[in-house]
This record gives sequence, C-alpha cells and structure tokens, in this order.
Amino acid sequence: MSAPGMDKSMRTPLARARGLGSAKGGVHHWWVQRLTAVALALLTPWFLWTLVSLIGVPHPAVAHMLGDPRRALPLLAFVLALFWHAKLGLQVVIEDYVHTRWMEIALQMAATFACAGGALVCVYAIVRIMFAL
Amino acid sequence: MATPQRPLSPFTDIYRWQITMTLSILHRITGIILAVGAFGIAWWLLAVSASDIRYRQFMDLATSVPGKIVLAGFSYCLIYHLLNGLRHLLWDSGHGFEIRQFYLTGWTVVVLSFVLTGGLWFLAMGQGISP
Repeated sequence: MSAPGMDKSMRTPLARARGLGSAKGGVHHWWVQRLTAVALALLTPWFLWTLVSLIGVPHPAVAHMLGDPRRALPLLAFVLALFWHAKLGLQVVIEDYVHTRWMEIALQMAATFACAGGALVCVYAIVRIMFAL
Repeated sequence: MATPQRPLSPFTDIYRWQITMTLSILHRITGIILAVGAFGIAWWLLAVSASDIRYRQFMDLATSVPGKIVLAGFSYCLIYHLLNGLRHLLWDSGHGFEIRQFYLTGWTVVVLSFVLTGGLWFLAMGQGISP
C-alpha cells in the first residue's frame, strides 16, 4: 500500500473493497479452477489405477466393479471435476487468443455446451451402470 | 493525426529459448488435448453402460494400434498436466519463485512425466496389454 495521498488508482475505495474487478466475478473463476485442480490431482491417480485394473476383465465384471458405489461415486466426482475444469481452462484459452467478438462468444458457448453435455453423458452412463439399467 | 511511434512489446520469438516458456505452453496444449480426451472417457462409460457387444467394440478399437497410440499420447498429456498443475499449485501457495527453483521443478516435471507414463504402461502390460 502506498502512502496516503500517493495512491494513483482510479478505482473507488468501495470498488477496491469489493474486489470484483471488471469481470464482476472477483477470484471466483480462479478459485474454482484450483478447487477442481486439487480434486483432480487426488482422483486422477485413482482413476488411472482403476483403468489398469480393468484391463482384460470381461464386460459383466467391469460393469459390476464400476457399479459398486465405492467406485461409481468417486468416478462421478472425477468426471464432474474433469469437465468443469476443462470448461474453465478452455474459457481462458478462448479469452486469450480469440479476439473477434462474435467468434469468441460462439466458441465460449460451444465449449460450455460441449463440456456440460459430456458431463451429462457421463452421469447418465454411471447411473445406468450403478443401477444395472 | 500522426500515428505515434510507440515501442511494441517484444513478441515471443525475440526471447532466448527457456524451459519455463516451453512448459507453460505445453500446459495449455496438453490441457486442450485433455479436454478433447474427456469425451473419450464419456464414450468409454457409455460403452460400459450399453452392452457387452458395445464394450467389446470399444475395447477392440482402444487396443488397436492407432487406439494405443492415442491412449499413449493421452496418458502422457494427463500425467504431464497433472505434474505441472502441482507446480502451479505450489506457485499459488507463494512458493517456488526463485529462478533456481523454476529450473529444478521444471526439469523434475519433465523427467517424472516420462517415468510415470512409462510406469503406467508397464503396469498395463503386466495386466496383459501388448505394446
């Protein structure tokens, strides 16, 4: 903090106290990206280990193993964190490199819809596996 | 009005190559690849939920030579992005900003990413996947 009277900031004290910035979202995007990152850092080694343990296992046993809530619930957490994290990451890449406004908005929508769709498909499949539908 | 001759900020090709910039751009590239690959996970789960035949069709494709090349690439991207992501979390916690530490953690990520991907495929081969 600079000395009193030396602050060159154009922001009002209220705006500084709110800390929301021009996007009006503050650090929300940053924080959720880190939150999902930590979740994925914990779940990914488990996911890879599960995949390896399923190699060569016939389908009924695979479905039975993945339908066990002890695997299905972490798997749900994994795919939800994964698509959420992907959406946030793609958003930043589009913001950084696409400068034609209509194209940027179209891509942001497409990325969001695609990630939401991917997550929904995963939830649908996992629920189906869990309840052997 | 005359266009003011302001100095431009130097573009990336003006800089000497450094590992830090390479790992940074690789983090983005692997992130984009993983976002696409996430739909492969959705595809796999759909196949498991559908039927025995659909699962076998998926596994035949996944264990074909092109399938294994894609999976090898995807697994490397996943492990690289995970390790470099931990490096990012270290920075977020306010640590690792000494130049020496940038190089140390950077090369650790490079070496570990290859070692762990190799280890994963060694385990997969132990389960009966042929290289």
